[in-house]
Amino acid sequence: MAISRRAIVLAAGAVLLALVPPVAGLLNQPFYVDLFRRMMIFAIAALSLDLILGYGGMVSFGHAAYLGIGAYAVGILAFYGVDNGFLQWSVAVAASAVAALVIGAISIRTSGVYFIMITLAFTQMLYYLGISLETYGGDNGMPLRTRSQFAGLVDLRNPSAFYYLVLALLVLFLVLGRRLVDARFGRVIRAARSNEPRARAIGFSPFRYKLAAFVLAGGACGLAGALLANQTEYLTPDFMHWTRSGEIMFMVILGGMGTLFGPVLGAVVLLGLEDVLSALTEHWQIILGPFLVVVVLFAKRGLFGLVEGEVPRDG
Amino acid sequence: MAEPLVAVRGLSKSFGGLRATDRVDLDVEDGETHAIIGPNGAGKTTLIGQLAGDLRPDAGTTRFAGQDVTSLDAPARSRLGLARSFQITSIFPDFSALDNVALAVQAHSGSSFRFWRPARAERELREPALAVLDGVGLGARADVLAATLAHGEQRQLEIAMALATRPRLLLLDEPVAGMGLEETQRMVRLLSTLKRRLTIVLVEHDMDAVFTLADRISVMVYGRIIATGSPEGVRSNAEVRRAYLGEGTPP
Amino acid sequence: MLLVLEQALNGLQYGVMLFLMAAGLTLVFGIMNLVNLAHGSLYMVGAYLATALARWTGSFVLGGLLALPATLLVGVVVEVVALRTLYERDHLDQVLATFGLILFFNELVAIVWGRAAIYTSLPPSLSGSFVLLPGLRYPTYRALVIGVGVAAAVFLYVLVTSTRLGMLIRAGASNRTMVAALGVNIRWLYTLVFGLGAALAGLAGLMAGPIYAVQPGMGEQILIQVFVVIIIGGIGSIRGAVAGALVVGMVDTLGRAFLRPTLSTIVSPAAADKAGPALASMLIYLMMAAVLFFRPQGLFPTRGR
Repeated sequence: MAISRRAIVLAAGAVLLALVPPVAGLLNQPFYVDLFRRMMIFAIAALSLDLILGYGGMVSFGHAAYLGIGAYAVGILAFYGVDNGFLQWSVAVAASAVAALVIGAISIRTSGVYFIMITLAFTQMLYYLGISLETYGGDNGMPLRTRSQFAGLVDLRNPSAFYYLVLALLVLFLVLGRRLVDARFGRVIRAARSNEPRARAIGFSPFRYKLAAFVLAGGACGLAGALLANQTEYLTPDFMHWTRSGEIMFMVILGGMGTLFGPVLGAVVLLGLEDVLSALTEHWQIILGPFLVVVVLFAKRGLFGLVEGEVPRDG
Repeated sequence: MAEPLVAVRGLSKSFGGLRATDRVDLDVEDGETHAIIGPNGAGKTTLIGQLAGDLRPDAGTTRFAGQDVTSLDAPARSRLGLARSFQITSIFPDFSALDNVALAVQAHSGSSFRFWRPARAERELREPALAVLDGVGLGARADVLAATLAHGEQRQLEIAMALATRPRLLLLDEPVAGMGLEETQRMVRLLSTLKRRLTIVLVEHDMDAVFTLADRISVMVYGRIIATGSPEGVRSNAEVRRAYLGEGTPP
Repeated sequence: MLLVLEQALNGLQYGVMLFLMAAGLTLVFGIMNLVNLAHGSLYMVGAYLATALARWTGSFVLGGLLALPATLLVGVVVEVVALRTLYERDHLDQVLATFGLILFFNELVAIVWGRAAIYTSLPPSLSGSFVLLPGLRYPTYRALVIGVGVAAAVFLYVLVTSTRLGMLIRAGASNRTMVAALGVNIRWLYTLVFGLGAALAGLAGLMAGPIYAVQPGMGEQILIQVFVVIIIGGIGSIRGAVAGALVVGMVDTLGRAFLRPTLSTIVSPAAADKAGPALASMLIYLMMAAVLFFRPQGLFPTRGR
């Protein structure tokens, strides 16, 4: 029974994540709260990419753009003294969604390798834009003046409170994602990925659905960016660096694309691996690179594929 | 006389230097089953692609149900009641048979910008889809993953998806290609039950199927329609025999 | 006016390097249907090898001459070991696997040569400048780069249009099975084409050494601009690569040189100081968007793709 097995895995995962702050407190290792919060923030980013990549079949190599826009929205507003988190995060989501609308409108009309290169190129453009914004630190970036304020509802300066907020958002996105991919909208984008000429022949115009998915994913990743700015309390053009896009994409593949839990698992494993490897050697990427190649060549279904067994994906 | 359901005038399409269709004129009357036959490379599939709206013609016009549809793309034509099958089986392999058909129903019932309610739970999608599946004889296979259906079943599924869009016109590109004798007979029986209920344009190489199903036949050679007539008329047309039927044994 | 001419020559020089990169990338895509992100790594490898070999031999020219076959060899090894299995995979797999290769190569280079940028010194015969026009001196080395690049382009043109290998390359781009039917070992044709692309990237890299900083990650900076070249020119087309490379090289160079002064005549100098560099660095991407808007397949689309 794939469904119940999946439910057990999901519940177990949520409980384990919820236990991180108390356990870290017991072990006197507050660092782990930080690490797992970072993992969950990237899990939201990877989840949003999976909506268009795994379900929509759009190989976007520019997802870091929205991470950066979300982070800069928070950072720039804070720079001008606007600390209200509701406002900051709304602007982060809206700005990322608008950017996704523009980039998507141009790139979705093309397909295949063009799509990959165009999304990559636009993200690079935003990266250079970030570098040239001298007011906001240019190349070096700038510190976040203060973490987002939520009128006393949640205090992000409290590591655990911030942690549980991120966990709640992650769970929220998982639930929303589940509904979305099973609803009519999700079925259209999955059908277009499965066989676009067939989808057109039965009367769907895939472009608008794909564009809508692209915008939703951009907005969701923008929120992850807002969280990331609060996490690092610093923002730099590096958030938009193209290797970041590659990393998020690798999280999706590593965990299992076209699944919802997969990207979460991928984010946890990849960032955990980076953490372990970077403690071993400064040159950890020399291990990570070939590892990536091996995963792509031999384990395409990802880690979640192992959890789900051989049950065909049709959820 | 009533306007034909499909009226094609001067339709042309070239690929590089090759004229795939060359000033094709074609009328398909409401309710008839109209077969298009011709040797390989005669431009039949190109014509189907142009009728379906997948290929933009270089020249010419297409009218459907009294409306000029020349500039409409495939999804728009589908919504007007034009459905098709593909020469090479085209389904959603990673969806169940039922979901394949339910998607076709969905495309023609209300907005698909719905983000919350599981489509599986929507009776207005599920019930018509099940009825159509039953109608083509796949009712018992509803929950089977489409990729794992037998070839003949996949072709039936394609017909079911086309029917689920409630079309007025069905474009069939070699529906019995690659089928065994038994599968072919089953498909021909299925198509016989659709005759009269729908207008059908049928491209097919299997002459038994063509002469069983067709009310009228057009013969296409080198991108042009060289003759149109009743099955008997076409069978006895000397030019047609020379150009096409004469190559094999006439049925 | 002379300043414009000088910057135009710099634009040409940059365009030539972009072309060398784009030609290999577009050939590999056109023939093997492979999206190779690691193409930039070959550029970097070429630059490092040339620098190291120049130091070892004590001769800049000899270093360059040795680096070229060495990069070709690296390319062939990469093709045989890793990329060959990717030809039949989808683009997503190719992108990710070659992304992994980039991480590997960048780190490998950092281990061997360190993360800091290294610089190549030119021999005296090349480090000077010469009088191009009355009142305009132009650096000898940049002129040499233009010359070598143009020679490579001509070589490539002759190779593709009038040799048996070129015939196979053209045929392979449009019809794989036909080439196989000719009895050609398609596998080695692929390796050969990839090696050729690697050598061109290496050539661009080794010439880049004395002009730009040689450092890990240098390949990706140019790679993404090469993508812009290919998107503008049309993928799989050498003609498109030429046109795209020249346009991008010129626009980028002239934009960086003249956008700020031009803007300052329109808006306030302070605003121009801020907007100028930002706009200049975005210029080629905005141009790409404009081209895509009007011609989604690029300026020189190849047939059937």
